[in-house]
Amino acid sequence: MDTQSPYAKKISKRFRAKEKLIKYFFFLNGFVTVLLILLIFLFLLKESFAGYTDFNLSEYFFTEKTLADGSTEKIFEWFPTSEDQRLSIVPLILGTLLTAIPATIISTMLGVFVGIYLSEIAGSRLREILKPIIELFAGIPTVVLGFFMLVVGATYFQDVFFTTSRLNAILAAVGLSFIIIPIIATLTEEALRSIPLELRMASYSLGATKWQTISRVIIPTAVSGISAGIILGFGRAVGETMIVLMASGNAAELTLDVFRSVRTMTATIAAELGEVSAGSQHYFALFFIGTVLFIGTFLLNLIAELIINKMRKKIRF
Amino acid sequence: MPEEKNIKNKEIRKLPASTKYYEYFAIGLVQVITAFVFLILFLVLGKIFYEGAGIIDYQFLTEAPRNNMTEGGIGPAIFGTVSVMFLMIIFAVPIGVFSAVYINEYAEDNLAQRVIRASVNNLAGVPSIVFGLFGLGFFVLFIGKNFDEVMGTGLLLGQPAMLWASATLAVLVLPTIIISTIEALNAVPHSQRAAAYGLGATKWQTIKGVVLPQSRSGILTGIILAVSRGAGETAPVLFLGCAFFLPQLPVAYLDLGLFAVPFINPAEQFMYLSYHIFILATQSSNPTLTMPVQFGTAAVLITLTVLLNITAVIFRFKFRRTLQVVREN
Repeated sequence: MDTQSPYAKKISKRFRAKEKLIKYFFFLNGFVTVLLILLIFLFLLKESFAGYTDFNLSEYFFTEKTLADGSTEKIFEWFPTSEDQRLSIVPLILGTLLTAIPATIISTMLGVFVGIYLSEIAGSRLREILKPIIELFAGIPTVVLGFFMLVVGATYFQDVFFTTSRLNAILAAVGLSFIIIPIIATLTEEALRSIPLELRMASYSLGATKWQTISRVIIPTAVSGISAGIILGFGRAVGETMIVLMASGNAAELTLDVFRSVRTMTATIAAELGEVSAGSQHYFALFFIGTVLFIGTFLLNLIAELIINKMRKKIRF
Repeated sequence: MPEEKNIKNKEIRKLPASTKYYEYFAIGLVQVITAFVFLILFLVLGKIFYEGAGIIDYQFLTEAPRNNMTEGGIGPAIFGTVSVMFLMIIFAVPIGVFSAVYINEYAEDNLAQRVIRASVNNLAGVPSIVFGLFGLGFFVLFIGKNFDEVMGTGLLLGQPAMLWASATLAVLVLPTIIISTIEALNAVPHSQRAAAYGLGATKWQTIKGVVLPQSRSGILTGIILAVSRGAGETAPVLFLGCAFFLPQLPVAYLDLGLFAVPFINPAEQFMYLSYHIFILATQSSNPTLTMPVQFGTAAVLITLTVLLNITAVIFRFKFRRTLQVVREN
């Protein structure tokens, strides 16, 4: 306080109070995001665990049916509108996995190579052109991709694979790869580019060729970054709605066949929330699906973030 | 033993030829796959524009659908999209930019700051359909219904409407705006702030007079990206007032006696470009007859988002160049 210049004293109390007020104003705005995420989560939770007192939470997974001989059988069925309502989300989770896993596999096989090309092989000029194009593709509205798979892709697919159902899980998976390839490619490129030049130079000076350097030095070092990209892509595939709603066929069956119609969690909410009456058990079940999606994607994002943070620490020798 | 060593050495000498072919093969494979990916992506876009370009003219862009959606245009859908984006910006931009200012300028490295940052990242990862659930359950059925009850306005806001669709999309694009604004603020050199402080400016004066003006085009980039994202989303607005067909635009007139001022009515339903594609492709009575309209709408929507993205890229480029000039001087 003693060292302050005489001019500093001229900043009056009024001024200081104003600065403080402004700071609190910005803090409040910053806190809106925290409030929103809490609000979304608590609201989903509240709605999904609401409902009738005679409804057992286990019915969200299976219902027990008494057979003729007195024994009980577990049924995993999603029949929300039938008289004997069954609200098992197991077939929906299976449907989500049947579209998201093939989509992630396709996108990994293609996206990682695109990332390697952009980072290691393309000249800097070509990269400056191709990178924005890849980002533009990531910005294509998903409804357009769903529409394309429904109108154009489905017909080609049926001609090639002779599938029984025109709309099926693998068709949705191909549609999903259009949005996941850019994610994996961009994150792979970022992971590879973050590797210090010294590592490449050391490898070259030992006589390694370009491909040997890429496959034995660069990729092993960046493997955690690449896998983070794959996890993020998978999370995106799980949460995507429009493509699966339009291309997966929307039949809630308990199947493991990717050439059959499936119904995902997201598509179920999208297709049924419009018609359900607020406050019915079906309505609460849709919120329960929302909660499962929210927690699932949150965990996937968290894992990816932890991996990326770990890799950053490792690379900064 | 020495013999074996010699053999090994010979093999190493031999390696270059096979390594060379392997090298060509591997690098070639990467190139071929990359070319394949870009080819497929362009083929998809090409097909949509090839099928859709024929129908797009001035009338298509301005007229309302006619004759059971098989004729006419998508004018109301474009109007609805622009209105929703307008309201969304009003909701999201102030909060987004102010939060970014707090995170980048005010917050110290403490728990509060880390919690806020983590929330922003989490919000960015929430599936879009969950925002739809939240919008219907919270905005429409909780806030809207209670508002109507308390104010006694009948059924005004307690139903799906443009207001709630834009509010929900605002929540969805908030992370986009915050993250781009943080980037823009962060790019302003520290020396600029130091110079302002040296002249006796307070923190707020520095932010208002130096930091914000310099990061203007960076912030604009974020807003444009947010609009592009919001216009392309369908899932969140599915149950928030999107209409298959509306006989008139969601416009109300404010009567001022001598003349009436038209304004967007946020309590109305609206038509939306992305929803228009979805509903025509899946639920129209005759999907084959509306096919040209579907492709045309898809082409318009892609053009809109791509143009917005390109504008954002240009703004970002300009922003970086301005900062470079600042740094050099």
